[in-house]
Amino acid sequence: MRWLRALRPILESLSAIIVGLIVGSILMVFFKYQPLKAYAALFKGAFGSTGDILETLAFSVPIMLTAITFALGVRTGLFNIGAEGQMYLGAIGAVAVAGLLHLPPVIHVLAATLAGMVAGALWSVIPALLKVWRGVHEVISTIMFNWIAYHFSIYLAIYFLAQPGRAERTVPALPTARYPVLVEGSTLTAVIFVAWAFCLFVYFYLWGTRAGYELRLVGENPHAARYAGASAKKAILISFLLGGVAAGLAGASQIIGRPPAWSLYATLGNVSSLGFDGIGVALIGRNHPLGGILAAILYGALAHGGRYMEYQAGVDSEMVRAINGIIIVALSIPELWAIIKRSIKR
Amino acid sequence: MSQQRIFWIIAIIIIAGLAFYGIEIAGLKPLSILEATFLAMTPLVLAAVGECINEKAGVVNIGLEGILLITSVLGVYGAELFGNGWGGLLFGVLIGALIGLFMGLISVYAKAAQVVAGMGINIFALGFVPFLLRAIWAFPGIHLFPRTLMVQPLPTPIGRINPVTIIAIATAVLGSLLLHRTVLGFRIKACGERPEAADVAGIRVDLIRVFTATLGGALCGLGGAFMPLGWFGGVVKEISAGRGFIALACVVFAGLEPLLALAAAFIFGFAEGFAYAVAITPGVKEVIPFYFVHMIPYVTTLLVVTIAIGQRRFPAASGLPYSRE
Repeated sequence: MRWLRALRPILESLSAIIVGLIVGSILMVFFKYQPLKAYAALFKGAFGSTGDILETLAFSVPIMLTAITFALGVRTGLFNIGAEGQMYLGAIGAVAVAGLLHLPPVIHVLAATLAGMVAGALWSVIPALLKVWRGVHEVISTIMFNWIAYHFSIYLAIYFLAQPGRAERTVPALPTARYPVLVEGSTLTAVIFVAWAFCLFVYFYLWGTRAGYELRLVGENPHAARYAGASAKKAILISFLLGGVAAGLAGASQIIGRPPAWSLYATLGNVSSLGFDGIGVALIGRNHPLGGILAAILYGALAHGGRYMEYQAGVDSEMVRAINGIIIVALSIPELWAIIKRSIKR
Repeated sequence: MSQQRIFWIIAIIIIAGLAFYGIEIAGLKPLSILEATFLAMTPLVLAAVGECINEKAGVVNIGLEGILLITSVLGVYGAELFGNGWGGLLFGVLIGALIGLFMGLISVYAKAAQVVAGMGINIFALGFVPFLLRAIWAFPGIHLFPRTLMVQPLPTPIGRINPVTIIAIATAVLGSLLLHRTVLGFRIKACGERPEAADVAGIRVDLIRVFTATLGGALCGLGGAFMPLGWFGGVVKEISAGRGFIALACVVFAGLEPLLALAAAFIFGFAEGFAYAVAITPGVKEVIPFYFVHMIPYVTTLLVVTIAIGQRRFPAASGLPYSRE
């Protein structure tokens, strides 16, 4: 049975997803939709053609990064749900550099990416300091910062970054600041390699460096960490800042790495909720940066297929987000796997 | 009542009085701000008092935002179903109680990680509410319902006050009495502090926790249904706008004391009422972009929590599942 134990995290995540889909179908039946038709459309939409698979991958980019924000928090013993706001600011930072500055080709992309990362990190500084200095719970501080970021970003988008003559969105990223589209006609760009590289970097940081080890130790066993001389304050600060960098990159990826808009809608419509999606992705991926990549592809499939589901079965594509919520609830139950195993045996 | 609590309440009354005086000098209408404050504080009080009680018993539910969202939509649905605003409020209470019951059951019997489960409820609501709007009214945007379904406010000497606001204030008083003056209250506190001792003393820890979680959900549901039916007159997917988390901030500020939570909700409600008043004041609205006005409640929440935190003590077993060994 050893192979079963090794597979257990994957099986647990999969069973949570199945629970989510089942509860989702019950809700659909309740409101007189046809769940089988909806799910058939969803999976066809997600994997039906090569183009769809590329779209699914494009959808996975921002959420694997916002998943890192949450996962880093969990690894440090924090419940950091501030990715949403940090992502907005990351998008704003990327728009400002990509749309307003004129720089040589390669440098422009790098500068815009960096601007997004820095803006995201800056937005995480105050919640981090409040946590370290005053012990303000991060659930409250990060959510308040998300809402402040929401209004602040719309303000910046409309007052300083608006495209003349088109009030509904900001100036687009200049061609020099755009990641190249990988396959003509898809929205998948080279930014996915940056996202993967970032996930790998976080993996090596957490499991390959002393600072990463201390960060995990603080999360797993604060008492042992104190004995080992690891500073909890430093770990919390790093966790927040690196999480902010990840979320900022997620926001930037939607501006300089996602056609056709190449800009931020003034309603933040093309980035909103991607930060919260990351929470589910992180949990499905077991709060591991590499697990997050796989989980993001799964959730990216749901998100992309959801649009086809809305078109075919009339079910609002936001239903996918509700299913994500159910998956999170299912994953919060440590005995879910035991409960399922018991009921199978019976 | 401890000295510190009395100090806080007196300080809040004085600050509020000065603030209203200052507002009158500045040319805003204090009565309309007071009315707006009462409206804005109502969902906060209801959600926060319920949360105080279930956290005292050991169940931490951070899914308040999700409950507010879902019950605001289903409250309107219920009101249209029954043709009556009060019917809608009751429907909201029922749905809130069901979500609270679910939260209680998975926390107690399935030993769920409560913070994760609560966040799951929030994210579920984020997607479920647009789904509901489209499923019920076939339109994803704002839904306005007939004015006749509104729960009408009562005229009082200090402005028009909604009956639900009075219920909310009464809930805070009754919640405080329940926790500190009744046997059930002592049992609730025992379940949060020392579940094993409570168990030995013959208290059913599981039932108390499920009961308080259900009660907390029901109160939150009343707050959620109140938002469209007593206040806004319509429902959108962003209707609660973080109020569930502001209610959590009230709970943290109050250290789980319902009366202090009422005071905190008054502060935050005032911040929101003040923001509305500023947003519509001629001379101000042209200078300050209303995006900054919208930030006032969130900034106030952060400031108050940052200043007030530190002296609070929370039940030893709050948020932890209890099982007999």
